[in-house]
Amino acid sequence: MRDTFIARLLRHALADPSIVLITGDLGFKVFDEFRAKCPGQFLNAGVAEQNMTAIAAGMALEGRIVFTYSIANFSTLRCLEQIRNDACYHGAAVKVVSIGGGFSYGSLGISHHATEDLAIIRSLPDITVFSPGDLWEAAEATSACIATSGTCYLRLDKAAGKPTYREGDLFVPGRMRTVRGGTDVCVVVTGGILEEAQAAADTLATEGISVRILSAHTIRPLDAEAVVEAARSCTAMLTLEEHTLHGGLGGAVAEVLLDNGVMPRRFRRLGLAGTFSSIVGSQVYLRQRYGIDARAVAEAVRSTLAGPTCAV
Amino acid sequence: MVVDHPSCLGKDTRQLAKAIRLHCLRMTSTGGSSHIGSCLSIADILAVLYGRCLRVEPSQPKHPGRDRFILSKGHAGAAVYATLAECGFMPTAKLATHYQDGSDLSGHVSHKGIPGVELSTGSLGHGLGVAAGMALAAQQSGQPHRVVALLSDGECDEGSNWEAILFAAHHRLDRLLAIVDYNKIQSLDEVDKTIRLEPFTAKWEAFGWEVRRCDGHDHEAMAAAFAPSRERRPVVVIADTIKGKGVSFMEHQVLWHYRTARGEEFSAALLELEAQS
Repeated sequence: MRDTFIARLLRHALADPSIVLITGDLGFKVFDEFRAKCPGQFLNAGVAEQNMTAIAAGMALEGRIVFTYSIANFSTLRCLEQIRNDACYHGAAVKVVSIGGGFSYGSLGISHHATEDLAIIRSLPDITVFSPGDLWEAAEATSACIATSGTCYLRLDKAAGKPTYREGDLFVPGRMRTVRGGTDVCVVVTGGILEEAQAAADTLATEGISVRILSAHTIRPLDAEAVVEAARSCTAMLTLEEHTLHGGLGGAVAEVLLDNGVMPRRFRRLGLAGTFSSIVGSQVYLRQRYGIDARAVAEAVRSTLAGPTCAV
Repeated sequence: MVVDHPSCLGKDTRQLAKAIRLHCLRMTSTGGSSHIGSCLSIADILAVLYGRCLRVEPSQPKHPGRDRFILSKGHAGAAVYATLAECGFMPTAKLATHYQDGSDLSGHVSHKGIPGVELSTGSLGHGLGVAAGMALAAQQSGQPHRVVALLSDGECDEGSNWEAILFAAHHRLDRLLAIVDYNKIQSLDEVDKTIRLEPFTAKWEAFGWEVRRCDGHDHEAMAAAFAPSRERRPVVVIADTIKGKGVSFMEHQVLWHYRTARGEEFSAALLELEAQS
């Protein structure tokens, strides 16, 4: 997703000199073309994320649209207060980009596991949160960051994900995208783990279970309408995220449902239990280990359908 | 494009400083807020900045050519509100609402609804980085205006400042002026007994800044010290100040970082401040 992001950003930057990209000294070779073609719009702030974000806020208050870039938790948690106070509170056009959502950098250890960012960032006022599920969504979300006023967060997976674009698809910020139609089960998913939901749906289709997949590429604002409609029309609803269950997508979906007085017939959240993983491994391995890969999703769908309904 | 005729410039800075001090005493006492000592410490700095240096215009608070001022030590927000009111950015009557229920004049400085405030602060270590970003934007687009950030000494414990100090020197942000209100007292104790800053001048110099040191209550000295860099470097003015300056029983006392003057203390402080010329 990183290359897709930078390619789309370059396209915009060539047309709009107010767009600036600041990296926290990460992205080896990634920015070479951007730097060559837009030298005045690129900056390496060094290994100093708090200052990178403050600089971005200062430039944004002077009319620039400023992307800050780093990996894992460095562009978010390390400088959370700069995002909250300097960017969000001032409505500054700072676009915080993190590459490496979830276990993208699984082998590097817990410092590089971005597994709480969505919960933390989505709690901030005055921010739009994008978490695209494939390359097409990553490109569209990049454009959406520019088109959306104020502060945005863009969470990118390192992996590409399986393509989901179909002719005529539209990326509308704040609206979930129906990647696949179905009525038995609705899986609401965010980020690159969308590919696991798709694979699970393929398996379940052979068993006669139809799965609707909604890609929640925007976490804030969350598409209440799509969630409510899915809860009313599907027999079961599951959420899937490569992220802690504490305050993540699943929690956000549950909030929206109950706030709208809607009780899904069956409901289950799939994600991380909220513990650190001292065990390392590839993204594929860790998804499997923590029960959020395609096989686990398919099994969760089966057991949820066979299980009790939500009490009213 | 600069502000052509800034109406604040040319004010009598001694009278301005006196007015700021009186407002701050009344605001903190009426609202029951802390930080009167911190406000009195920077009253002269603010008076010289707004009376003799900053090109800002209350009738056009967002003029693109204005100088930008950021109070990074946001806890002294009352002093900035008072200064802005004295310069015509808001009615002085509004100051009476400071720190009270329903007011937008928060204890730590906020920009929302307050013309003339560039940045909301309150968490220390934010202002200099944002100021550097503003100065970089001005440098890149060839705008001549300056960006000024006023820091406290205790605030220099925050590592984020040193990130910004490195950055500003590397990019030769000569439109940037940092002023440190060096009253040698921080939140709980003296700076020297908490986290020592000395040799303070040498630290800034080693980081590549043009360093000037002066008495933060000497208006002529400050007006000279606040002049732009001639070396294409960011400038820091380390202003030696007295916490609680102007009220004898508040001067040099850590107590007045928190205490609110009430009753006889308020009357005594008022008398002392009103008696100043």
